[in-house]
Amino acid sequence: MTASVPALCISGLRKSFGASEIIRGIDLDIAKGERHAIIGPNGAGKSTLFHLISARLAATSGTIALKGEPVTGLKPFEINRKGLSRSFQITNIFHSLSVFENLRSAVLWSLGYKYSFWHRLSVLRDAKERAEHVMCDIGLQNRRDTAAGILSYAEQRALEIGITIAGGADVILLDEPTAGMSHSETDEAVALIRRVTENKTLVMVEHDMGVVFGLADRISVLVYGQVIATDTPQAIRANPLVQEAYLGTTPVSGNAS
Amino acid sequence: MTAPSSLPRQVLIWAAIFVIACVLPSLFRSGFLVSVLSQIAIMAVFALSYNMLLGQTGLLSFGHAVYYGLGAFATIHLLNGLGKSATPLLVALLPLGGGAAGLVAGLILGRMTTKKAGTTFAMISLGIAELMFATTPIFPSVFGGDGGFAGNRMAGKGSFLGLTWGPQIEIYWLVLFWAFVSAGLMFALTQTPLGRVANAVRDNPERAEFIGYDTRQVRYRMLVLSGLFAGIAGGLSALNYEIVTVDMLNAHTSGSVLLMTYTGGIGHFFGPVLGAAMITLMQTLVGGLTHAWLLYFGLFFLFMVAFAPGGMASVLSRQSALVKAGLWRCLLPHYALAAAPAALACLGAVGLIEMAYALLAGHDAASFMGTSIRLHTLLPWLGAASVLIGGIAGLKWVIGGMSDAWHQALSQLQGGKP
Amino acid sequence: MDFVVITLLNSVAYGLLLFMLSSGLTLIFSMMGVLNFAHASFYMLGAYFAYQISTWSGFWLGLLLAPLLVGGVGMLVEWHGLRHVRRFGHVAELLFTFGLAIVFEELVPLIWGKASVPYAVPAQLEGALFSLHGAAFPIYKGFMMAMSLGMLAALYGVLTRTRIGLIIQASLTKPDMVEALGHNVPRITMLLFGGGTALAGLAGVIGGNAFVTEPSMAASVGFIVFVIVVVGGLGSLGGAFLASLLIGALQTFSVTLDVTLQQVLTLIGLSLPADTNLARVSLVQLGPVLPYLLMVAILILRPRGLMGVRES
Repeated sequence: MTASVPALCISGLRKSFGASEIIRGIDLDIAKGERHAIIGPNGAGKSTLFHLISARLAATSGTIALKGEPVTGLKPFEINRKGLSRSFQITNIFHSLSVFENLRSAVLWSLGYKYSFWHRLSVLRDAKERAEHVMCDIGLQNRRDTAAGILSYAEQRALEIGITIAGGADVILLDEPTAGMSHSETDEAVALIRRVTENKTLVMVEHDMGVVFGLADRISVLVYGQVIATDTPQAIRANPLVQEAYLGTTPVSGNAS
Repeated sequence: MTAPSSLPRQVLIWAAIFVIACVLPSLFRSGFLVSVLSQIAIMAVFALSYNMLLGQTGLLSFGHAVYYGLGAFATIHLLNGLGKSATPLLVALLPLGGGAAGLVAGLILGRMTTKKAGTTFAMISLGIAELMFATTPIFPSVFGGDGGFAGNRMAGKGSFLGLTWGPQIEIYWLVLFWAFVSAGLMFALTQTPLGRVANAVRDNPERAEFIGYDTRQVRYRMLVLSGLFAGIAGGLSALNYEIVTVDMLNAHTSGSVLLMTYTGGIGHFFGPVLGAAMITLMQTLVGGLTHAWLLYFGLFFLFMVAFAPGGMASVLSRQSALVKAGLWRCLLPHYALAAAPAALACLGAVGLIEMAYALLAGHDAASFMGTSIRLHTLLPWLGAASVLIGGIAGLKWVIGGMSDAWHQALSQLQGGKP
Repeated sequence: MDFVVITLLNSVAYGLLLFMLSSGLTLIFSMMGVLNFAHASFYMLGAYFAYQISTWSGFWLGLLLAPLLVGGVGMLVEWHGLRHVRRFGHVAELLFTFGLAIVFEELVPLIWGKASVPYAVPAQLEGALFSLHGAAFPIYKGFMMAMSLGMLAALYGVLTRTRIGLIIQASLTKPDMVEALGHNVPRITMLLFGGGTALAGLAGVIGGNAFVTEPSMAASVGFIVFVIVVVGGLGSLGGAFLASLLIGALQTFSVTLDVTLQQVLTLIGLSLPADTNLARVSLVQLGPVLPYLLMVAILILRPRGLMGVRES
């Protein structure tokens, strides 16, 4: 595989729910090692796009390739095994398991233990070390044996990211990782994301422009199911189309043409 | 749900159960006790296997008796097939044949049942079990019709380590041996990658798919292994009773194991054991005293679902935590205060039910504490009803204070932890 | 041919009765997300209440009062039982109804005895409505059909034409939104549970004397009703209707047709080895198996059921 193969290559992606088309033909290449942010007004289809990439939803048409390999039509777990991992906008963790068990569960498949019932967890040094490493990364080492369901909101968000990166996937999708956080919590979350996605490809949906412009190498703007611009943060800031879409001075007409 | 219990405590519980199981029959040389203990051990294995689904994987099954029953039939057929060559050693190994039958049944049926969790799983497990049961009369050579199949565990000659499996106590030791082996293996399973991921699938199947696991495969594997242990339990039952009937795989048996497991407590590994012991004891002790035992049991079950959804195990572990923290002292007066009206309410209810049963059985009078009660007069009914209502009113009166104290103690307990 | 017509009518009468049961179960499931295991117990209660009232003042008052009483019991169960268990989740709710079924099955013989009670068809409705070449169709079966169809029309009218019906329909899909609009969703739930159980009670009133009123009647019909709601598709009234008629026909025809499996298979060009037990199995024997077979097949091939919209 050459360096020029994009980590994620989306082409002609469409998704309809009944008569309404939510994703209306998206083409997007995301390079290896890039930090890419997807922004756009509410209802633009950002979360739907994530669901399509991670196979939570099936696309109506179009293709998705992960590191040059087509992954269209695969199941979520199959895509995960190929090295793509995602977080959720609404916290999606294993509530009755402890923080440590949440993370250990998340590393088991990638370490090759699969459905094993002949290994004893307590002697699996590699799983333990990796889970503990992630636990320190996300700053929850003091909450090791606390059930995930009774953590604070910010702690649950951190665990959400922890579960996402624990498996060692090299393409990470984060869906609004700082949603509902205070300023100081957001700053910590940004530092955390920067730390744990070192040398990885990151795609994130985010509303907080501070976070977006602080983290992203490139930004895509999604409006009504179409990408109206993909560029560096500076260029996006200056782009008149984007200003239009965000300030709403003129109605957004078919942009790509 | 999975209480993070420390290892020493687990060891302590295993040791306690072992000691109780070994000492009781030697202490009281009663045949009745030994047969009850055998029954408890068998049901404990069955309930533990059920909890692999309900408690650990989050699968509510209404058809687990299929694996239990097939294990029993496989064992009885093996026993009869061996005939005179069924040496005591071979007989001792037969429950493994039952386990194999449960495993194979799981391999086949699990393909159909584990596609989905939730209501779909519950309904398809119920459907397959009913289908199986309704089909049994068509295959009398396999299921033996209404009479079932009898066997003789002493058909072969000789002995194994001096054991012939003749006396009940010997078969009890055999049952106990397999029960501990099975329980040990099932406990070990909870400490493996599959066991842990099953918990993850129970908690959040969607997220489990996004950490690389095919939830269907996880459910399937857990179901197959659960079938194995249910089959062993069925095999033990076949050896213990030397008779197997189709009742072993009907909806009633499936319901019983569900009730045992749930009232025992699905969130603790030993909960189902507690449930099996409790329900089996109730069945033999209360069932011997009154015909209304099923009604009492139904009411008890409703009470448990409404007030202690974590089962007896969670009640006990809560209380023991409170005792350890020294908080029990604040609660004790409240418990004592509630005990009197609770006892009154129970007395009233039992009185009404027993009088109704006596009347149903055609008696005109019943005796209560040596005095004869005439059932066709209004007075005893009014008396019992007012005792019941008085008890409930009393309970309502004290329950507020108790609940406050309880929540206070609980928050202290959680706050007190580092 | 006449035999087929009569059997068909019988199966429709039975199917409509089953729909009265399954429609209530479906409504309750849609609202609460929980299958009510005790639903058939309310059917049994309806029959026993009607019997009790009929011993005092005849069938017609029972027909009116018994379903209302059953609905009242249902509302009490929801109000004092299920509502409190809901916070523990669906499994606890389902198990509560499971326990309730056990209690009802034990309480009923405690009050009315273990044997069947002589709950009879009223004299006005006895006799044959018409007969075709010696095969008679009883008036009572016709009455059952009329009652069921009337109920069906009333249910449809209430759900689509009245204010409360519209609120219920909205609550079925978006309870939070309905609550936010200021409606008392717990009360709607209670009323719906009462209504669903009253429907079961009504089925008991008119089914109890057509068949037998005995303590085991709940168990015998309970599983069938589950089969219906699963086959029809959980939460779908149309599906429940279709499945009720299907199961009604399946059961009625399998007990009246005296053929063996061998003969059925020959019809579709298959054959079994003649000497096996399987070949001699008659359709009457297979009758009880067929609904479950259908349910398992549906769950495997089409987990949503015939007309269902959601899977679990």
